[in-house]
Amino acid sequence: MPDLRESIKSGIVTMMREAAFNVPRDVKEALQRAYEIEDNPVAKANLEAILRNIEVSGKTKLPMCQDTGTPTFFIELGEDFPLKSELRPLIEEAVRIATGEIPLRPNAVDPWTYKNSGDNTGRYVPIIHLELVPGSEMKVIYLAKGGGSENTSKLYMLSPVLGLKGIKRAVIDAMVDAGPKPCPPIVVGVGVGGSADMALKLAKKATFRRLDEPNPDPKLAEIEQEMLEKINSLGLGPMGLGGKTYALGVKIEWAHKHPASLPVGINTQCWAFRRSEAVFDSNGNMKLLVPP
Amino acid sequence: MAEYRLKTPVSEEDVRKLKVGDIVYLDGIIITGRDQVHRRALELAAKGEKDKVPVDLEGMALYHCGPIVKKIDDEWKIFGFGPTTSARMESVEADFIREFKVRLIIGKGGMFEKTTQGMKEYGAAYLAYPGGTSAVATSAVKRVVDVHWLDLGTPEAMWVVEVENFGPTMVAIDSHGNNLYTDVLSKAKKVAEEIKAKF
Ligand code: SF4
Repeated sequence: MPDLRESIKSGIVTMMREAAFNVPRDVKEALQRAYEIEDNPVAKANLEAILRNIEVSGKTKLPMCQDTGTPTFFIELGEDFPLKSELRPLIEEAVRIATGEIPLRPNAVDPWTYKNSGDNTGRYVPIIHLELVPGSEMKVIYLAKGGGSENTSKLYMLSPVLGLKGIKRAVIDAMVDAGPKPCPPIVVGVGVGGSADMALKLAKKATFRRLDEPNPDPKLAEIEQEMLEKINSLGLGPMGLGGKTYALGVKIEWAHKHPASLPVGINTQCWAFRRSEAVFDSNGNMKLLVPP
Repeated sequence: MAEYRLKTPVSEEDVRKLKVGDIVYLDGIIITGRDQVHRRALELAAKGEKDKVPVDLEGMALYHCGPIVKKIDDEWKIFGFGPTTSARMESVEADFIREFKVRLIIGKGGMFEKTTQGMKEYGAAYLAYPGGTSAVATSAVKRVVDVHWLDLGTPEAMWVVEVENFGPTMVAIDSHGNNLYTDVLSKAKKVAEEIKAKF
């Protein structure tokens, strides 16, 4: 039987490789639809280039985008999964291997000296969000998050009296502020409540829900749809050069909050949505769920 | 809206024809330059030592790009050739155009008032390359002709690259004072105020 640690390590490398040359199917389909409904020639040319890029990257194994992102992991760890505290060093090693093999651009820089670690690891990097859940499996979501679209993410600590109106206004403000910067079309994640840090984490997590999967709460599903239409009616379009589609989807996650606070986190995710998802069983066998 | 296929170097006349919304494909030589290339070249110009800039930039296309490169058997190969954010070069680009007479600036995310004025005055245009589409850009590369100022590090160095059918790029700032980014954004701001008032 292959060694558990080795299986997990090579599984993580595979996840990173899959994400480097692919975008999830729902994202591709949404971009295709955006292309079909577009009649602005500049927007159409942008979308055509994006669709062609996805195809070329998949075929030639040239990186989708030259910014190969910050390696980020969201992990649901079953309490009976045989590995726990060894997980971080194992993932770090996988990131080092993937960075050399794929290859990825080294993106981990010391904020004081600006020295690049050279292998995408460093203090708190890869970024790992870990949650303990029942069971013996481990579910991993890997995201290669580009700097351009992370830079336009926002936190609004609103006054609670503003309520839903305030949240909607914040979303619109964030889009106008982002403009062409996050390489639109983007997916917009909105995290409401919790705390400052929680709202931003929920916003990022929200972007992982499939674009064709509405919010399970019908009231929130309606708000997501309304905000998507309003954002696109701004006319910013692909790459902020005008057109029908600036956002491919708006996704909301939420948490209870302090009575005196209304945190709203907004995460902007560029079209180059390099994400993979997999489940590992307790023997280390990996089942890749995304990209299909 | 027109579609052009241009070969570098380009003349002022060619550039003056371009209007915002036009689509341009490029052949010939493209030169990369981001933050450090601008800084060093302008420092040399300020000292009256323009001749120390290793490439004649007149009529050339300057690309805001830090490529992913690898040396294989003594030859440089490009694996990533997507655009970087042009806004970082805003404060110096108009001076750069004036000093070196580059005619095309390629990048992503757009540039602002100072550059738009500079382009009008000296005859240059900004071509937007679709952000993130690095694989398509890389497959338009024919070869790396040369590299200068490697001491700045590979992303910041000045790469001289031959391309074929590089694009699509969209004319987002023309030499007549038009800027598609600021037009789109100012309309969006107006619509945003209307939307927000109705919430
Ligand atoms: S925002 Fe996304 S698509 Fe744009 S350069 Fe960054 S990683 Fe690439």
